[in-house]
Amino acid sequence: MVEPAPRTAPLAGSEPLVDVHAHFLHARAGRRDWEVPNRARMRAGERIGITVHIASILGTWGHTSPVYFPSPRDVTLGNDEMLAIQDRDAQRVRAYVTVNPNDTAHALEEIARCAERGAIGVKLAASRRADDPLLDPIAAAAERRHFPILHHIWQHRTREWPGQEISDGADLGRLALRHPRVAFILAHIGGGGDYRHTFAAVAHIPNVYLDLSGSGVDRGMLDGAVRAVGARRLLWGSDITMETGLAKLRALEFVEPRLDAAGMSDVRWRNAARIFPAGTLPGVPAPDAQPAFAGHAR
Amino acid sequence: MIDANTFIGPYPFRYVPHPDPDVLVRVLEREHIDTAWVGHLPSAFYRDPGAGNDALFDALSPYAGRLAPVPAIRPDWPRWEQALASVIERGAVAVRAYPQQWGFGTHHPALVELALACGESGVPLVLTTRFEDLRQRHSMDTAGDLPAATVRALARAGARVRLLVTAAGRALIEEVHWGLTPEERARVWWDISWIWGPPEDELAHLLRTIGSRRFVFGTGWPLRLSQTPRANLDLLPDELRSPLAPLGDAAQIPARSA
Repeated sequence: MVEPAPRTAPLAGSEPLVDVHAHFLHARAGRRDWEVPNRARMRAGERIGITVHIASILGTWGHTSPVYFPSPRDVTLGNDEMLAIQDRDAQRVRAYVTVNPNDTAHALEEIARCAERGAIGVKLAASRRADDPLLDPIAAAAERRHFPILHHIWQHRTREWPGQEISDGADLGRLALRHPRVAFILAHIGGGGDYRHTFAAVAHIPNVYLDLSGSGVDRGMLDGAVRAVGARRLLWGSDITMETGLAKLRALEFVEPRLDAAGMSDVRWRNAARIFPAGTLPGVPAPDAQPAFAGHAR
Repeated sequence: MIDANTFIGPYPFRYVPHPDPDVLVRVLEREHIDTAWVGHLPSAFYRDPGAGNDALFDALSPYAGRLAPVPAIRPDWPRWEQALASVIERGAVAVRAYPQQWGFGTHHPALVELALACGESGVPLVLTTRFEDLRQRHSMDTAGDLPAATVRALARAGARVRLLVTAAGRALIEEVHWGLTPEERARVWWDISWIWGPPEDELAHLLRTIGSRRFVFGTGWPLRLSQTPRANLDLLPDELRSPLAPLGDAAQIPARSA
């Protein structure tokens, strides 16, 4: 019989832990059980030891406009719902403002509006390819506010897929080179596709950070990420599979090349503290702080 | 505890770090797993897996008691019945088959014969839903995922059939389970290596609706991180973490006593 571990300290240790890639649902997203996964995220986050969930809502998640091509009305609705969650759980949740670059004026208005209400980053999904000029004003707006941009990525697009205008690491790399003062978070290296293509595409672009989230748990993926960009450009996240996030935290203890304690701190929270606006992550020290923690995963 | 879903050997479509039996033993120790059922990964892609079986038995022989061989039998190959008898004689705890990689259709009669023969011999037949995520596959990897209809057909083949299906997700599991009679369902086990946890809590959902006895621990090593299923169990909702509802392990599957 397999008995679960006894519940005591957070499973991933007591050192701060920032989830840079989280999502929530809301009542108008077409699911009657929308509160259940929201509660499950917070339950699992508490057990793992997540200090802050930085999250986004993509419109109505396909209910009244497509997930990756949300209408302006749905973009605004999703952002309002996300900000409301942040307001309700201010000690654990922070919001990205989600935009669709095809509606440029609306996107810029949303960034300004949601920044005013406390959003701390921009979320771009797959409404327009990452190197499209329509993303330039979005990136400029993010730069003015010192917001990082989390960009949905398909690791090596070899063809078009329905439902999204997918971008890969090479596409995002071209945008990042045009905006070297913006931190770009390349979403979910475990989220589908060939992550090794991504590593080759962005290793030399210092303002591209890799988020480790996604359901993919291929052995060798974490080692390759560390080798490609180093601990200073890795960010921990879960996306919609938190068990794989916990597994990756545990596996980071055994990657080759090995991460020292400082490297683990970089991945867990320090890099996030570096790229998000100063002082916006509750419970997370300043990036140059040297706090004493009881240790991480195991 | 048994890890019912491991392999040794390289994978043809991507580099996999040190897929070797001595490393697997170290992983078992690190993860507090007693034993592993071990297949030979390249055999899934051989036309004739016989040589792969020999390599598997040889590689595992120094680790008897810790690593249990699960050779592959291709039932459309001449004299496969003798091959099955031979691997059982040599200590196979289960038998693997790869209908997708071998180009078998859903109701291939040879696969049914293999399932029946394994059942009569008291060994489970292990099927692999997928080795990799569909979105990352090599252009030459066109096999596709294991269809639910294949599993249902085998589960219906006979009362002594015992199936372990690895790397399945919620949709496949539910389509098979609820598409079988209660007697047929009792012939099928699932490993938890590819079932999602929170926030969707698909593992919790399946444990509640289907019951924990149908699920066993499996990792998918060396293709997948060995830490994942344990993390999934650690994140189950409170009521499922009760000792009254533990996950089973592969020892539940009747083997020689079937």
